[in-house]
Amino acid sequence: MIKKFLISIIVVSIMFCKICVCAERVKKTSLLPLWEPQAQFAGYYVAYEKGIYKKYGLDVTIIKGGPDYPPDQWLEKGKVDFAIMWLSAGIQQRFSGVRILNVGQIIQRSALMLVAKKSSGIKSPKDIDGKKVSLWDGLLRLQPIAFFNKYGLKVKIIPQSYSVNLFLRGGVDVVSAMWYNEYHTILSSGINEDELVGFFFDKHELNFPEDGIYTLEKTFQKDPALSLSFVKASIEGWKYAFEHPDEALDIVLKYMRIAGIPANRVHQKWMLDRMKDIILTDNDYTGIGILKQSDYDRVASELKKNSLVKNIPNFEEFFVSHDKKYNKK
Amino acid sequence: MIKNIIRNRSVAFKLILFISGSTTIIFLLIFWVTYKFSRDMIEKNVEKNAQNLSNSTVNKIESVLCTVKKIPENMTYFLENTAFTKKETLNLIRMIVKNNKEIYGSTISFEPYAFDKNSLYFAPYCYKKDNKIEFSYLGSDSYRYFYLDWYQIPRELNCPQWSEPYIDVGGGNILMSTYSVPFYEEILGKRKLKGIVTVDISIEWLREIISSMKILNSGYTFLITKNGTMVTHPIKEFIMNETIFSIAEARKEQNLREIGRKMIKGESGFVPFKDVETGKQYRMYYTPIPSTGWSLAVLFPLDEFMADIFRLNYILALLGVVGLTLLIIGIVLISKSITKPLHAMAVATEAIGKGNLDIELPPAQLGDEVGKLTESFRYMKKSLKEYIQKLTETTAAKERIESDLRIASEIQASMLPRIFPPFPDRKEFDIFAVMEPAKEVGGDFYDFFFVDTNKFCFLIGDVSGKGVPAALFMAILKTLIKMEAQRGFSPAEVFSRINNSIVTENETSMFATLFCVLLDIETGEVEYSNAGHNPPFICTASNGVKYVDVPKGFVVGPMPGIKFENKKMILKSGDAFFLYTDGVTEAMNPEEQMFSEKRLKDTLDKLKEKKTEDIIHAIREDIKLFVKESIQSDDITMLALRFKGKAD
Repeated sequence: MIKKFLISIIVVSIMFCKICVCAERVKKTSLLPLWEPQAQFAGYYVAYEKGIYKKYGLDVTIIKGGPDYPPDQWLEKGKVDFAIMWLSAGIQQRFSGVRILNVGQIIQRSALMLVAKKSSGIKSPKDIDGKKVSLWDGLLRLQPIAFFNKYGLKVKIIPQSYSVNLFLRGGVDVVSAMWYNEYHTILSSGINEDELVGFFFDKHELNFPEDGIYTLEKTFQKDPALSLSFVKASIEGWKYAFEHPDEALDIVLKYMRIAGIPANRVHQKWMLDRMKDIILTDNDYTGIGILKQSDYDRVASELKKNSLVKNIPNFEEFFVSHDKKYNKK
Repeated sequence: MIKNIIRNRSVAFKLILFISGSTTIIFLLIFWVTYKFSRDMIEKNVEKNAQNLSNSTVNKIESVLCTVKKIPENMTYFLENTAFTKKETLNLIRMIVKNNKEIYGSTISFEPYAFDKNSLYFAPYCYKKDNKIEFSYLGSDSYRYFYLDWYQIPRELNCPQWSEPYIDVGGGNILMSTYSVPFYEEILGKRKLKGIVTVDISIEWLREIISSMKILNSGYTFLITKNGTMVTHPIKEFIMNETIFSIAEARKEQNLREIGRKMIKGESGFVPFKDVETGKQYRMYYTPIPSTGWSLAVLFPLDEFMADIFRLNYILALLGVVGLTLLIIGIVLISKSITKPLHAMAVATEAIGKGNLDIELPPAQLGDEVGKLTESFRYMKKSLKEYIQKLTETTAAKERIESDLRIASEIQASMLPRIFPPFPDRKEFDIFAVMEPAKEVGGDFYDFFFVDTNKFCFLIGDVSGKGVPAALFMAILKTLIKMEAQRGFSPAEVFSRINNSIVTENETSMFATLFCVLLDIETGEVEYSNAGHNPPFICTASNGVKYVDVPKGFVVGPMPGIKFENKKMILKSGDAFFLYTDGVTEAMNPEEQMFSEKRLKDTLDKLKEKKTEDIIHAIREDIKLFVKESIQSDDITMLALRFKGKAD
């Protein structure tokens, strides 16, 4: 009896010690995606749900995101440790004096595109000349404007809101679209893919990589291991999502329901499939998280050309790779 | 193969096969035509029904929408023609929201700086909230209404627009749609957009109208917008969350996508539709709601509206099967009634075939074909029996005659001298003869005898015709010739005398050819006469084989008073006479060639040195060789005599 009692004490103590060790190692941190839950952020939700963050010793809180949660401001104010932002937004913020770092460039190929109906007579860039084009505001105009300049096109720009209805009704000839989102909305509104013509900017030497993981310099300096673990865990989350798309979709849809957003599985499937296309550009996982200097220079110089930045922040100071061989000391 | 299988089957089997087979084909044809015709008819009815139902629903919806549409359209008339103050504008929309219960909110939104040169936004918005009318101004940096669909689309398209429906979360989760109408002002003669008037209306009533449509028991309806978004659908999750195209994509139903494309183009149609998930078949009628460009679909479940046809088909099939069974039973019974007597007849026929003519035939059926057949069969059996009886009698008679003939033939043969040598003690001559009749009794004959010690008579004859009459005639002739010759008459005298004695009693006009020789065996002198017979040959050492120089003479028998001549010649020792009938020279071979006198003469030439018996046997063999397998048509008779002279 006593023997048994002693054994159980030992067992309990060992377990307690283990918990203590774990508790000591687990670091609390947080992430704010660029937008509400959707397959665009599948990798992070999957990393959380499948315990990948936990495996890396991270206790991550993913904030819902959406129009009321601007990532740049939340990051600047230190309300969140990590935020997903576009590369162009990151460079602009760094220039404006906020000491942020890109710790992982997730999307390698820009998904922003221009879409036109073939019936409007548009087949190649030159056909866009003189047409009505609806464009989103701000940094989202950077690539289209550069595209028009490159081909010497004069277009009538119509501000674009959230929907593509103006395009569907024939109010504009060309519409901006994210390949993984609005493009599929157009298809889901009854227009066939062969009735459309899409202009991908990366096909016109205007590749602007989009979603990347940003953190404040001071957050990084305080615990570089935390940032690197977070990025590695997130990449592993993406890998898992691409290898188990149905499970990943279940997870994304669950978070959409929690957030009270209408969830359409086909649409999210399309989005996840396209995310794979734009994240795994070389069809392997080694390139994820790496920001290529050529991409950085292209985006930065375009920002400078449009007077959105006056000088280009130093690439080495802007980007820290989770993969040590990319970091120059 | 099949033909052979069928050929060997019974009549009943063939009847069942062909009658039930063709009846089944006819039945199936009728069944198919009935099915197709009634299905087409019902489908047409369903289409009409669906059309009526949809049209009346659409009309109901349209009448409401048109009333609502009138309000902002009328407002634009005032706005374009009257310069309202701010207060008047606010009152206008307040009145509209207050006085129209369908309207939940309304705004008159102006273009930038169009109402007030100092303000970018001017968009007073009046709306109902908790039964009170609230007021606010739209437009801020975070709500730039110029770029929102309800403003931007009518602005860019320059025409009134219904917005895609949306769920108004603040107003109690009701489904709303906004009708936006642009209004204009004239600046320097140019029409320029001044703003957009909108009314927000709940379309819950529309949902209710459509949801309340009853389509049989398991039919349903759905309504899609211009984008294909589901506004009503029995599956709640689809509403405002899926488009007809995303459903088609998820279910991999290309057909549904095509239907959806036609729907959003504002087309109407009646199409078959199969639910991929449940496998249920429908007929779908879709038609647009003209005001909004939305489209209503009504789905009729095939199994329900076809239920009557299925029931009809079931009954028809049952009737068909029962009818066919009865038909087969009927055929079996009828064919049995036909084949049973036929079978009995077959048994009887077999027995008759084996010779049992006394077998009892099955009783005749009434007056049908089988009865007639049995009757004919009975008659045939009777006739056959009689015939066989007669045949038996005739055969017996014939056999009797044949036996008589055989005896006659023997008698005839015995009448001719048949023992050779006939006179073994006479060395002066050597004689041999044969007569082979063609039928049992022949008309040919030969004879030889001594008239006195030195005079030897030999002759040959051929009676016209064959058989018994010829044999009898021959017997008379032979007897008469011998009788007359032995009285010492010369051959010619013998011929004249017998001719005269025959003619008187010759009613049948029979006649005979004769050749008769009288030989003096001492001197070798011969006297001979001919009555129409073939000239014989004489073989001499000096001249070889030659025709005997015969005197003229007619046949014996046909008429009285005929004169015959005698001729004489001297035989040397070794000379031989050869007598024959036309049966020798006219013996035919299969090629219908005759043995001929020439061949006879040539053969004799080779044999002239031989003994008379050998000569005749050799010629007989030569004839046999010549005729081969041909049947002997005439009596063959030959007589040969060689004169040797006195022995000393």
